[in-house]
Amino acid sequence: MPITVEQSILIIGICAGCTFLERLLPFLIFRKGQIPSLVRYLGKVLPLAIMATLVVYCLRGTTFDEFGNFVPQTVAVAVTTVLHLWKGNTLLSVIGGTVVYMWLVQMVF
Amino acid sequence: MMKLKKSFRYSMQRSIPIMVGYFPVGIAYGILMEKAGYNFIWSLFSSLFVYAGSLQMLMVTFLINNVPLFTVMITALLLNSRHLFYGISFIEKFENYNFWKYFLIYGLSDENYSLLCSYKENEEVVEKWVHIFSAGLIWFYWILFSALGGLIGKMITFDTTGIDFALTALFVVILIEQIKNSESKIPLITAMISSVLWIVIIGADNFLLPSLLTTVSVLIMWNGKKRIFDTKEGE
Repeated sequence: MPITVEQSILIIGICAGCTFLERLLPFLIFRKGQIPSLVRYLGKVLPLAIMATLVVYCLRGTTFDEFGNFVPQTVAVAVTTVLHLWKGNTLLSVIGGTVVYMWLVQMVF
Repeated sequence: MMKLKKSFRYSMQRSIPIMVGYFPVGIAYGILMEKAGYNFIWSLFSSLFVYAGSLQMLMVTFLINNVPLFTVMITALLLNSRHLFYGISFIEKFENYNFWKYFLIYGLSDENYSLLCSYKENEEVVEKWVHIFSAGLIWFYWILFSALGGLIGKMITFDTTGIDFALTALFVVILIEQIKNSESKIPLITAMISSVLWIVIIGADNFLLPSLLTTVSVLIMWNGKKRIFDTKEGE
């Protein structure tokens, strides 16, 4: 261990505290029955916006300088999407896309 | 009782893609901690208490370099700032779950958020318990794999490169479901344009917070201009 046990616990504790605080904050600010209609509106529209942002976030390592840096994720996302629109089975779509991705990054590129 | 059992089985099924995705990430975290001099007990407890994958990865470098606590705090708050927006959609829902509310808030990771967003009404199960079981299960997977990584991580010999794509694929699937069920595509288009713009402006490593803030601002302006959603009381 590079530093003392106390210092390590402090660092981990701060990370834990900050994470919980951020997850809790909306619930502290807004109480049931007193939620402004604007927040209610955001609650409705944000999931779609956030999921779209998270997908971009997951793919942020993509660059277009080499085939290996964008072809695997493009193909795998396409496979996942087609499988899902076709069969509508989440597990199948996820496993299908992941297997294709692993095959591409391990064997092809 | 029957319903409770069905709720558990349903949550189990829904959590499997996350289990697949957490496996390599949790193992990698445990190995990183082990290399830094923190055995599996440290990995287990930090996953139990912190439960935020990307922050925990960064936390290993905080530990190695003994980063000042104030810097730790600011970095943790910034890296996890997306979580500020997660609760907004569940304020009323969680209010009815008594003390379980705090457990669900504690477990509001990206993966659990995506499960919460993709829940569809189902007569066979109890929604409250599906959320509680799902949150508990994926939290447990994360803790288990982190500890395993520290314990036997080096013994895993098969090539798991790319297996973490499972989480990306899950988010893609949930996004497709959201697009299908949404009344308006404006949140999607706004988020896409804003993400790409901010990646171009400040790079892929830091785009998340400015992009989310831009998206929220644009969506608020849209609401002011034209009510694209029915937001009356009780909805």
